Amino acid sequence: MAFFSDQLLSGLIFLPLVWALIGLLFPASSESQKKWISIWALAGSILTFLLSLGLYQGYMPQGLEFQFKESVEWLPFLGISYSLGLDGISLWLVILTTLITPIVILASFSSIKTEVKKYYFFILTLETAMLGAFVALDIFLFYIFWEVMLIPMYFLIGIWGGKERTFAAMKFFLYTIVGSLLMLVAIFYLIYQHQIQFGVYSASILDLVRLQLPGSGWFSTQSLLFLAFALAFAIKVPLFPLHTWLPDAHVQAPTAGSVILAGVLLKMGGYGFIRFAFPLFPEAVLQYQLVFLILGAIAIVYGAWVAMIQPDVKKLVAYSSVSHMGYVIIGLFSLNTIGVTGSIYQMLNHGISTGALFLLVGMIYERAHTRQISDFGGITKIMPLFALAFMIVTLSSIAVPGTNGFVGEFLILLGTWQANSWIAVIGGLGVIFGAVYMLWMFQRVMFGPVTQEKLRGLSDLNLREGVILLPLIFLIFFMGLFPNFFFSKMDASVQRFLVKSRVQSTPSLERSAFSFNKELLNGKFHQ
Amino acid sequence: MIGWLVGFPLLGFLVNGLWYAFGQMSKGQKAASAKITGVIGSFFIFLSFILSLILFFNLQQLPESSRFIEQTLFSWMQFQGFNLDFAFRVDALSSLFLLVITGVGTLIHVYSIGYMSHDEAPGKYFAYLNLFCASMLTLVLGASLPITFLGWEGVGLCSYLLIGFWYVDDEKASAGKKAFIVNRIGDLGFLIGVFILFSLFGTLSYTGIEQSVSQLSFLGMTDHIQWWISAACLALFVGCTGKSAQIPLYVWLPDAMAGPTPVSALIHAATMVTSGVYLVSRLGFLFLLSPIAMEVMAWVGALTAFFAATIAIVQTDIKKVLAYSTVSQLGYMFLACGVGAFSTGVFHVITHAFFKALLFLGAGSVIHGLHEEQNIEKMGGLKSQMPQTFLVFVVGWLAICGIPPFSGFFSKDEVLWKAFSTEFGSSWLWVIGALAAIMTAFYMTRLVVLTFFGEFRGSQKAHESPSVMVYPLYGLAALSLLGGFIGIPHFSWLEHWLSPLVPAAAHNESVAHSVEWGLMALSVAGAALGIFVAFKTYQNLDRAVQLKSRWAKLHELLFNKWYIDELYQAVIVKPLVVLSTWIWKVVDVQILDRIVMTFGRASAWAGQTVRVIQTGSLQMYGVMLVLGILITVGYLYYGIF
Repeated sequence: MAFFSDQLLSGLIFLPLVWALIGLLFPASSESQKKWISIWALAGSILTFLLSLGLYQGYMPQGLEFQFKESVEWLPFLGISYSLGLDGISLWLVILTTLITPIVILASFSSIKTEVKKYYFFILTLETAMLGAFVALDIFLFYIFWEVMLIPMYFLIGIWGGKERTFAAMKFFLYTIVGSLLMLVAIFYLIYQHQIQFGVYSASILDLVRLQLPGSGWFSTQSLLFLAFALAFAIKVPLFPLHTWLPDAHVQAPTAGSVILAGVLLKMGGYGFIRFAFPLFPEAVLQYQLVFLILGAIAIVYGAWVAMIQPDVKKLVAYSSVSHMGYVIIGLFSLNTIGVTGSIYQMLNHGISTGALFLLVGMIYERAHTRQISDFGGITKIMPLFALAFMIVTLSSIAVPGTNGFVGEFLILLGTWQANSWIAVIGGLGVIFGAVYMLWMFQRVMFGPVTQEKLRGLSDLNLREGVILLPLIFLIFFMGLFPNFFFSKMDASVQRFLVKSRVQSTPSLERSAFSFNKELLNGKFHQ
Repeated sequence: MIGWLVGFPLLGFLVNGLWYAFGQMSKGQKAASAKITGVIGSFFIFLSFILSLILFFNLQQLPESSRFIEQTLFSWMQFQGFNLDFAFRVDALSSLFLLVITGVGTLIHVYSIGYMSHDEAPGKYFAYLNLFCASMLTLVLGASLPITFLGWEGVGLCSYLLIGFWYVDDEKASAGKKAFIVNRIGDLGFLIGVFILFSLFGTLSYTGIEQSVSQLSFLGMTDHIQWWISAACLALFVGCTGKSAQIPLYVWLPDAMAGPTPVSALIHAATMVTSGVYLVSRLGFLFLLSPIAMEVMAWVGALTAFFAATIAIVQTDIKKVLAYSTVSQLGYMFLACGVGAFSTGVFHVITHAFFKALLFLGAGSVIHGLHEEQNIEKMGGLKSQMPQTFLVFVVGWLAICGIPPFSGFFSKDEVLWKAFSTEFGSSWLWVIGALAAIMTAFYMTRLVVLTFFGEFRGSQKAHESPSVMVYPLYGLAALSLLGGFIGIPHFSWLEHWLSPLVPAAAHNESVAHSVEWGLMALSVAGAALGIFVAFKTYQNLDRAVQLKSRWAKLHELLFNKWYIDELYQAVIVKPLVVLSTWIWKVVDVQILDRIVMTFGRASAWAGQTVRVIQTGSLQMYGVMLVLGILITVGYLYYGIF
C-alpha cells in the first residue's frame, strides 16, 4: 500500500501509456476486433479516472504544499530530475483530464471507423502527456510533457480531422511549438542562474522560486523571462491576438480532439501561468498586469463579437472559447484571492461546458453531416432530448446563476473589479454578448419551423450519448450550487500561490477610493 | 421551513419536468393532459401559499423590532476572505411579496388548466411555471444580493422559455431571445452595483450592508463614499429598468406578449416585472443616501408612465394595450420609490398585481373564447356572450382607472400625492403622473368599449370560458375590489407594517395637508373625464375613424411606438453586426492570421534558401559543430554578447 501511494502519480500518468502500448498488440482486422480495442481504451481511461479519485481522497488541503511527491534524478549534471507533486490546483485539473478522456473515448465509438488502433493509442498517450504536465515539479520535465502533448494532437487532427486537416494540424503544431521555444531558452537560463546564485544546478520549481532576478522595468531580466514564458502560455490559452490557430484546429479536429483541446489543452496555458510564470517572476507580473488585463478584456469582447456572426456552429464555439478564456486571464491577473479562485474555477467550467458543446456539435454533425447554422432549424421538434441537453449546456456557457459558469464569471468579475474597475466593466460586456451569440445560434438551430425535410429523419440521442452527457450535465449544476466542494481543496493552494507571487491578496485595501472598506476591515466597526 | 417555500415549486418543476422530458416529449410518447399536469403544478404552488400564510402570521406574532426570520441553507461560496451563504430571509417586505406571488400564482396556475387544455405540451408549461415561481420566490427571499440575483436571472430564464413557449413560430422565439438579452443588459448594471457595494462594505447581505450604512452616520460621510453609493444605486437601477421594463430598456415587454396569456398575467404583470420595485424598496435606506439616484428614478418612472400610456392609446392588440399599460403602471411604482415613498410603491405593486392579473386573465378568457383572436377591432358586443368575463373585467377596468373604492384608486392616488408632497417630490412629477392617469382611464375605457360594447365585428362565435378559468377571475376580482383597503390614507395598515423596514422620505413642510383632498378630487375627476371621453368616442365608431384620420401622423407615430424599436435596430443592432463582421473578416482573418501565416511562409522560404549550405560534406559539418561549441562555451564563461 505504501508503495502504491508513493508512486500514485507516476502510476496515474503512465497507466494510459502502458494501456495504449498493450492496445497496440490487439488485432484489428474485423469490426468486432475494432470494437474490442475501443472498449479496451475506455476501460483504461475509466481506470485512470478511478485512480485519480484516489488523489481526491488522499489530498489534504491543510497538509504540505505538494503532496504525493516523487523525485528521481534524471540529468543530475543539470539538476534536472523526474519530480512530481500535486497541489489543490493541479488536483482538479488532473481530475478534469481523467474525466474528459473516457468521455471522449466513448464519444468516438461511432465516429471513428478508420485506423482505430492508432486513434486510441494517440488519445491515451495524449492523456499521459497532459497528466504529466499538470503534476511535473521539474520545469524541464514540464517542458517535455508540454511538447509531447503536441504530437498525438497533431496526429489526431491530421489523420481523423476534416477536409483541411493537414493544414490545420501543421498550423497548430508549428504555432504552439514556435511559441514555446523561447520558453525553453528561458528555462535553461533559469537553471543556469540557479547555479550562479546557489552553486548547484536545479530545475526544480521549488528551488527556482528562490532566485533573485532583477525585476523592475519593461525589459528587465525578469520581464524578458516572463515574456518568454507568457508567449508560450498565451498561445495555448489562447489569448488575443495569438488565437488564430484555434478556429482552424477546432473546426478541423475530430470531436474528441476538439473536446480535449478545449477541455484540457487550453487549461495548460492558464496552469502554466499559475505554476511557473507568476511565482517565478512576480515583479514582471505586476509590471505587465495591466497589459494582460487589457488583452484579456479585449479577448472577451472580441471573441464574443466574432463568435456572433460565425456561420459554422463549431467555429462559433471555438471563438466562444477565446472569450471564455479571456475571463481566465483577467481573473488571474487581478492578483487577488477572489479573482484567482474564480479563474481556476472558470478553467474547470470551461472544460465541462465547452467540452459538452463540442460533443453536442459532434453528435448533430454525425447525423446531419453539416455544421452550418443555416442548414438547421426546428431541431427541437425532431430531437427534443438533444435540444434539452443543448439548452442546459448553453445556460452554463452564458453563466446563468445556478450553473457552474456563473460562479466562475461572478468571482472573476468581482475580483477584477477590485483590481481595475474598467476592465471588469468591459469584461462584463461579455455577459451580454455571450447571451447574444449563444441564444441567437440556439434559436436558429433549434427553434422555428423545420426548414429542411431531410432533417426530419434525424434520430434523437441514444443511450450511449446520454451516458456521455449525463455526467457533464450533473457537474454543470453541482458545480453551480456547491462550489465549496472544489474550493475547500484548493483554497490553501490559492493562498500559497498568492503569497509566492508576493502580491497582496486584497489590493483593494490599497485604494483610497475604498477607504471606508479599509476601516471596516480593520475592525473599527466591530467593537 | 423557509426553504420549502422554494422547495415545493421546485419539486413540482422536477416532477412535471422529468415526466415530460422522459415520458412525454419524444416520438411515440403521448403528452399528459393539462388536467393532470396542471393539478400537480397548482398543488405545489398552493403548498407554498399555505406556507406563506403561516409565515406571515408567525411574523405578526413577533414584536415589531425582531420581525424577521433568517435561515442559512448552506454556504454557497466560501474561501479565505470571502463567504457567501445561501440564506433566505422572511420579513415584513418579503412576506408581502410571498403572499402575492404564491396567492396570485396559485390562481393563475388553476386558470391555466383551462387555458392550456388544447395545448400540445402542458407538462412542459406547468414545469416552467413552477420553475418560475421557485425563482421568483428565491428573488424575494434572498438574504443577500447574489441570492436575489440568482432568482433575478432565474425569472429571466423562465420568462425567456415561456415567451418562446410556442417556439415553432420564429417571431415568438425571437421575442423570448429579445427579452433575455435586454434583461442581460440590465443585469450587467445589477452586477456592477453588486461589485461596488462589495468594495464599499465588504459584504453583500442586506443586513450587513444596512449595518455598515447605519455606521456611516457615526463616521461621517465622505464625498468619495457618497459618490460610490450613488454609482451603486444608479447601476442597480439600470438593472431595474431592464427587469421592470422602464425607459430605455422597456422594449422587450410588449414583445413578451407572444407567450401564453396566463404567463403574461403572472410574469409580465403581477410578479417578475415588479422585482425592480422590490429591489429598490429592499435597498431603500441606500437609495435615500443618493439624491441623484432618487431623482433619476422618479423621473424615469414618471416619464415611462406617461410615454407608455401614449402608445397604449392606439394599439389594437388587446394584449399589447395591457402590456403598455403595465409598463406605464410600473412607472408609477418607480415614481413613488423615487420620491422616497417606498411603501407606496409596494402598495401599488400589490394592487396592480391583483387588477392587472385580472385584466390579463380576462383578456385571456376573451382570446380563448374567440379562438385566439387578439385584435380588439374584431371584437365587440361580448358582454352578452361572455357575461361572467365581462363582469370581472369591469372590476379590473375601474380599478386601473382609479375609481373609488376599487383598489387602484387608493394606490394610484397615494402615488400621486407622494409625488407631490415629499421632499423629493415636485408639482411637475404630479402633473406628468396625473396626465398619464387620464390617458390610462381613456385607453382602458377604449379597450372595454371596443371589446364588450357595441356590435360584434368578428367572424367566429364566442363562447364563455369554462369555470376552471372563471373562478380564479372571481378571486382576483374580489381582491381588486377590496385590496385597496390595506392602504387607506392616514390609516394605512401597509405603511405601518412596512415602517420598521422600509424607510420613507420626509413630508415637504411647505405642502399643506388640506391640499391632499383637493388633489384626490382632481385625479378622480380626471379619471372620470378620461372614461367619459373614451365612451363618447368609441361608442360611435365612425367618429373614432374620423378622429384617427384627422390625426393620422400622430396616430402613425404612436401606433409604431415612436419607432423606438426601429431606432435601436438602426443604432445598436445593425452596427454591431456590421462591426462584428468587419472584425472577423478583416481584423481576424486579414490582419492577425495573415501575420502568423506570413511568419510561416517566410520560414518555409528561408528553409528553401538556406538549403544550399546543406552540402553533405562531413568535414564542413564537423567544422561548424566545433565552431558552435566554441561560441556557446565562450558565451557561458565570458558572457560575450
